[in-house]
Amino acid sequence: MQSHILSIILFTPLVGALVLLFVPKEAKNAIRWVANLFALAGFIVSLPLVPWFWARVDQPGFKFVEGAPNNWIPSIGAGYFLGIDGISFLLIMLTTLLGFISILSSWDAIQERVKEYYVWFLLLQTGMLGVFMALDFFLFYVFWEVMLVPMYLLIGIWGGPRKLYAAIKFFLYTLVGSVLLLLGILFLYFHHHGQAGTYTFAFAEVTGPGMAVFGGVWKSAAAIGSVWGMKYVILLFLAFFIGFAIKVPMFPFHTWLPDAHTEAPTAGSVILAGVLLKMGTYGIIRFSLPFFPEAARHPQVQFWMVTLSIIGILYGALVTLMQKDMKRLIAYSSVSHLGFCTLGIFALNSLGLSGSILQQINHGISTGALFLIIGILYERRHSREIAEYGGIANVMPVYATITLIMFLSSLGLPLLNGFIGEFAILQGAFMANKTWAYWAVWGVVLGAAYLLWLYQRVFFGPVTNPKNQHLHDLTPRELATFIPLVILAFWIGIYPKPFFRILEQPVNELVQMVGQKPQTMNAQTQPAAAPPPAPAATEGQR
Amino acid sequence: VPMSISQFMTVHDLMVVMPMIMLTLFGCGILLIDLLLPPADKRWNALTAFIALIFAGISLYRVQGEFAAHGLQAVKAFGGMVVMDPSAIFFSWLFLAATAITILISVRYMELEREHHGEYYALMLLAVVGMMCMAAGKDLVLLFIGLELMAISVYVLVGFLRSDKRSNEAALKYLLLGAFSSGIFAYGLSLLYGMTGTTDIELIGRHLARVPAGSGPVVVLAVVTTLAGLFFKIAAVPFHQWAPDAYEGAPTSITGFMSVAAKAAAWALLLRLFLYTFSPTVNQTRNIWMPMVIFVAVATLTGGNLAAISQNNLKRLLAYSSIAHVGYMLLGLVAFNANGLKGILVYLLVYTFMNLGAFAVIVALRRRDLIGDELDDIAGLWFKQPAAALLMMVFLLSLAGIPPLAGFYGKYFIFLALIETGHYVLASLAVFYIAVSLYYYLRIINAMFMRPALDAEPVTPGWGVRTALLVTGAATVGIGLFPEMFIRAATWTLPLKAGAQVLLR
Repeated sequence: MQSHILSIILFTPLVGALVLLFVPKEAKNAIRWVANLFALAGFIVSLPLVPWFWARVDQPGFKFVEGAPNNWIPSIGAGYFLGIDGISFLLIMLTTLLGFISILSSWDAIQERVKEYYVWFLLLQTGMLGVFMALDFFLFYVFWEVMLVPMYLLIGIWGGPRKLYAAIKFFLYTLVGSVLLLLGILFLYFHHHGQAGTYTFAFAEVTGPGMAVFGGVWKSAAAIGSVWGMKYVILLFLAFFIGFAIKVPMFPFHTWLPDAHTEAPTAGSVILAGVLLKMGTYGIIRFSLPFFPEAARHPQVQFWMVTLSIIGILYGALVTLMQKDMKRLIAYSSVSHLGFCTLGIFALNSLGLSGSILQQINHGISTGALFLIIGILYERRHSREIAEYGGIANVMPVYATITLIMFLSSLGLPLLNGFIGEFAILQGAFMANKTWAYWAVWGVVLGAAYLLWLYQRVFFGPVTNPKNQHLHDLTPRELATFIPLVILAFWIGIYPKPFFRILEQPVNELVQMVGQKPQTMNAQTQPAAAPPPAPAATEGQR
Repeated sequence: VPMSISQFMTVHDLMVVMPMIMLTLFGCGILLIDLLLPPADKRWNALTAFIALIFAGISLYRVQGEFAAHGLQAVKAFGGMVVMDPSAIFFSWLFLAATAITILISVRYMELEREHHGEYYALMLLAVVGMMCMAAGKDLVLLFIGLELMAISVYVLVGFLRSDKRSNEAALKYLLLGAFSSGIFAYGLSLLYGMTGTTDIELIGRHLARVPAGSGPVVVLAVVTTLAGLFFKIAAVPFHQWAPDAYEGAPTSITGFMSVAAKAAAWALLLRLFLYTFSPTVNQTRNIWMPMVIFVAVATLTGGNLAAISQNNLKRLLAYSSIAHVGYMLLGLVAFNANGLKGILVYLLVYTFMNLGAFAVIVALRRRDLIGDELDDIAGLWFKQPAAALLMMVFLLSLAGIPPLAGFYGKYFIFLALIETGHYVLASLAVFYIAVSLYYYLRIINAMFMRPALDAEPVTPGWGVRTALLVTGAATVGIGLFPEMFIRAATWTLPLKAGAQVLLR
């Protein structure tokens, strides 16, 4: 079971999509049930990974490795080669959870072309999971591209009024990035052939049953500087970086995001913000840093990366203050939050990096929830204009409470998840350079400003708009979509230790690769040298 | 000395060219049988043509068997005029497959157009004979005869819709420009012959090696005119003006046929000339043709992609997109290493299926009173015929080069070859144009999936189109997911060293 767990997680949504093809399209409720069951199954099959992973949390390298290099297309050296470490583990769990929540939240929202919707959504789910699992560049690139098409159709068919524009913009922007990425990958592949004499796309090598470490293309990447010169390292770094930065999106590549987020259907926005953007940061962490450490720690490169991140943080937050459309507001807040994530990455120390990864998870939870929140209001009123609302707390108290929790989590209130992530990132940035932390901290202040101001305008005061008088509160199904997110928000906020524990090994490995000394985590987030708590479930293991 | 026929021709020679003989005989046979068939039963001609392809395939398989049996690099016939090497066999299979699919999509379409005649199939078979000569010839005369046999057959096929003004105009334009380009090509060949005194392309290459690099203006003239003639045939910018008109006006099935089979044949000829005559390992003409090929490749990518953006006619759009695809293949020639040439072969292979598939969908749109080749005609196809719309999306994404569909692999090898040879700027330009091309492919996808249908008439593809869609769809997805076998086929084709001893790398 353990040896195939990744394939099972990866293909459960795909099987669901195939099964859905055989359900007649008139039977809308049957389609909804099948889709939700498969989405739930996709989440449930990923749950055993938690205790299994915890049991092997200190094992170096990639775990649960499946397949082998070069076993798919031997003549070009592409393989079906999967494996995860702590970073991808967290992102995979986030994906399976958010995938289920998004599909559950679409029950009433999607009334037209229901069957296609769920088919594309499940396909998208497989594509995203594959990106986080692949240990082979070719496979990675395939999943990276595969997931564009369903997302494009989700925005383009079920989106808002400007959906066509947004869908095409999304597709073309990401594609420009990914073809540059392709060139970079091909160069690495070609370089590897020159070094090792064989063609392979695998960037890891198997060290034992279910175990792998960085290897293959990665190994020869270290020699790029000496064979081709530093210029090539920087250029390759940039080719990879632009590909990922468009996805993140970092300033100034962010302009597709507000359109795509605003026009996408609610569940599409949740997945877009919750998971898709993380593919960019994941790419930077998985590839840009370990493959081109010389470029990453190059002072000028680091300066620009951090500067762009800080501009993103501040620019995103300032633009957010001006928005009249709630969804667009949250979309711009993503630019700001993802700026924190990239800042943490390019602080290049273990605090910044683990904070950044945790903040990616937090952003998935909080912003995913924020899009769900807006979706619920939109389903009832068909408007996202802030000015249309006011005093919603009087008519929808439960809804208002959950919204408040999520707003506070997003703006980084202590005891909620956002605080831990932002704090670790700012601390990491502070250790690297005090000026960075100074500028970035204004993002937190602005974040509190725009979110609280939004909350005040929408929820407080008397009900000014008569249309809002009789809105009904959350249904049990809607509430169910929020409960896991609220629990997670509190859990990470109050007891983040297990998360840092999961991230510790990969992050330290990464910091070593980039060539800076791993710093000990601060006492609040990581009591040094704590023994790993006993795994919760041991009977499921080999 | 007593003369005997065996001096010029042996039974073995005939066996080698048996595929061509089969096609010729069946082509003539169709013309005769057609006279006996009543107008309502013309579809039997299609069946006869199909049987011809099967027989040609069997003969081709036997020639291929000779390789396996004797471990040969090539099978020669007629004193080395015809060389059946792996490249010739690869291309011959490609032509047969493309023709088979074209026949499948033609039957009902030509009935709808009320132009269902036996000559249609006979001409198609004769065109394939010409293509095979282009792929297997190693002699200027045979290559030129093959080219003309193909070209003249296709001129007629383009103008086959006699009552349609567009078809007539297309045929006339194609004929005039085609004849012009053939003239230029023949002029180049005559110069090559004049300089070297032989029509054997391999010997020409060796003789040219003795001419100092780039010194003789005649060499320059010969190389430039030969290439210009060929660039006309593959519709590379700036020799492409005939293509959009010819593609738009021709019967849709023939547009598909031209864009795949005829183009592949021109590429077969081009590759043969480049490997035997202009190869850098044979002589130094590289300095003459390289700048020209780079310029033409960039111009083709740019012209094809930018012009396609604003097209509203599907056939015209695909015409410009097919011009753009030639640009990618030309980049493989720029790299001129193993992966580059492999890329061209893989590209032509996958292009055959995905492009014919796209044309098969357009053929399906042709209804009794609707031409069905405008972008508006495909709007809402998803609601009328979901399977066709889904397949069209697969074909278009594959054309754009989205993995894991077949079209990706052609581009993959070409980009890799460009990187291997250090053409980073060209590679960046080429990948950038993927995004541009995706824009116009997405316009079609948008129309199919996100716009309501503009007319209520149902789209009901016949069994022929259905089969063709099934085959091309399965190939596009199948090659995409399991490309190993096809990449090996291209690798097997690659050495091309028979006779010329051209060994790459």
